[in-house]
Amino acid sequence: MEDKLVVISKMSKAFPTGEGDFLALKNINLSFAKGEFSGIVGPSGSGKTTMLNIIGSLDSQTEGEVKVMGYEIKELSSKQAADLRSRHLGFIFQTYNLLPVYTVYENVEFPLLLLSMSKEERHKAVMQALEWLGLTDKIKSRPAQLSGGQCQRVAIARAMVKQPGLVLADEPTANLDTENSLHILDMMKKLNQELGTSFIFSTHDQKVIDYLRRVIRLVDGEVVSDDTKAR
Amino acid sequence: MFDFILKGIFRDRSRFLFPIIIISAGVSLMVFFLSFMDGYIESMIRQNARFETGHVKIVTKAYNELISQKPYDLGFLDNQEELDVWKTEYPQFDWAERITFGAILDKADSLGNSLSQGQVMGFALDLIGGDLEIRNLRLKETMAKGRLPLAPGEILLSDRTFEAMQLQLGDSLMLLGSTADGSMAFAQVVIIGTVVFGYEALDRGGIIMDLEDARSFLDMPGGSAEVLGFLRSDSYNDKEIKKLTTAFNDKYSTEDEYSPLMLSLSDQNGLGYILWITDFTFLMMSLVFILILGIVLWNSGLMSGIRRYGEFGIRLAIGEEKKHIYRSLILESLCIGTIGSLIGLLLGFIFSYPLSIWGLDMSQYGKTSTMVFENVIRTKLSIGIFITSFIPGICASLLGTALAGTAIYKRQTSQLFKELEQ
Repeated sequence: MEDKLVVISKMSKAFPTGEGDFLALKNINLSFAKGEFSGIVGPSGSGKTTMLNIIGSLDSQTEGEVKVMGYEIKELSSKQAADLRSRHLGFIFQTYNLLPVYTVYENVEFPLLLLSMSKEERHKAVMQALEWLGLTDKIKSRPAQLSGGQCQRVAIARAMVKQPGLVLADEPTANLDTENSLHILDMMKKLNQELGTSFIFSTHDQKVIDYLRRVIRLVDGEVVSDDTKAR
Repeated sequence: MFDFILKGIFRDRSRFLFPIIIISAGVSLMVFFLSFMDGYIESMIRQNARFETGHVKIVTKAYNELISQKPYDLGFLDNQEELDVWKTEYPQFDWAERITFGAILDKADSLGNSLSQGQVMGFALDLIGGDLEIRNLRLKETMAKGRLPLAPGEILLSDRTFEAMQLQLGDSLMLLGSTADGSMAFAQVVIIGTVVFGYEALDRGGIIMDLEDARSFLDMPGGSAEVLGFLRSDSYNDKEIKKLTTAFNDKYSTEDEYSPLMLSLSDQNGLGYILWITDFTFLMMSLVFILILGIVLWNSGLMSGIRRYGEFGIRLAIGEEKKHIYRSLILESLCIGTIGSLIGLLLGFIFSYPLSIWGLDMSQYGKTSTMVFENVIRTKLSIGIFITSFIPGICASLLGTALAGTAIYKRQTSQLFKELEQ
């Protein structure tokens, strides 16, 4: 049980609508181990992002249990949830979501400002993350001066800088061309292998699916398949 | 984190430019209006002080009971020794004695038959011994005809009465009244000049005569009805003056109805109420300023907040709490409010300073100079004005952001997060 980062059992999520509740996720039972490189795949509206939000403690389930790093999501206060995100989780988004007024260095440094770290420690960690992603020559650039691929690399550096146990990546290649997508995926795979960081993707991009070691298919809020490729 | 927030403010023009413009414009206007109002109030205080009340006034207790009737028969008699003591004890004041009285002015022909008569209100002050009262009543500026009295028996008359009685400069007239002890009083006076008082009751029949002439006419040797004290600094502080009058009265006022009683400017003519209203108006202006600017900045904060939902979403995802984001917005608004207010103070100073030196000449709006009202109104800049304008600038910024920031609290974390993808 200790090597399980995420354990989901009998989890459902409903959203209220004008005509009653809409069940976005139905009776989900899943677990993710340390070091996994897995993805939740499915068409739009299948519940992928909702599941990532719940795992990321940005939302909570309606029924069932979701434990992340041993913490039951539904029982977390907003402070505890924020603490879980700041210490243990990293997020990567389809639209990068870099803070446009800050430089590459400052964007990557931002998550560390929420942790009790000295300036020297932050500098060391930021430079290391930028080195992993090959961005040391861009530290003073602003997001607007970077290509899409570079922006996503900055976003990955930002997610990785605090060396979280789990990175949640929501459609990370949706805005990238094939070459950049493959480059980004290579990098994430390398980080997964070298640092042991777990990745959970939400995607319907076949390029991403091809990289995944474990593919969980979601259709209309239900898990229809859960396949792990042989190493 | 503070550095990080500051960088964010100054690199994002849309985040600071509009609020800073609004705050600095508001604060500069506030500095200008408050300094103008303060200047006007000070001018009003000065006018009242020099014309009627002094910054302090010493009268007998009996006189004070009927002060609105100006009962000179209840005034001081031969009080020069006491006055010398007060002059030594309160060197911050210039002292002037006055008597106000009623009389009849009679113009007679060569046979002594009356040609015309008029009721007059007499103002007796020291015209020959010094120029303090000449300056107080702005006599040089408000003279319409003739010259100032230089010798005993010479008086000034209201210009309107002078015309109504068809007098000539140099005419010798009889003044009829009653002495302090109730006997008939007669004096021969010479009309040597005319003045415009700018105060209806006096323009209908006011005369100005030298104090010594009035003492002789009213049989009040060495006496006076009122002793006025004028601050040399001309800066009236009601609280300080109140302390001083209390101390004086504790020391000099006794059960004797002719013992002296010191009155502050605000004790007279309802001026205390006017000063209170002024303070209240200043407070109301500050609150209205905070409210209006707060609403404008609230709206601007909402627009900016909507634009920044994506930023808030990512900050939540990274691990900030909503209340931490809210606090950082308040900190931003504090910085913006401080900068905007400082710029506003500078602009306000630039607008107001020339007017505090040269003033606004109001004489063009009236036909002539008057004794009661000053022609030039000046702004008055003070540390108090700057503080009164600076604080609302910051408060408005904080209020606007605090209201706009509540939208973050009302929004679900997951909803803010979803907006990242939009």
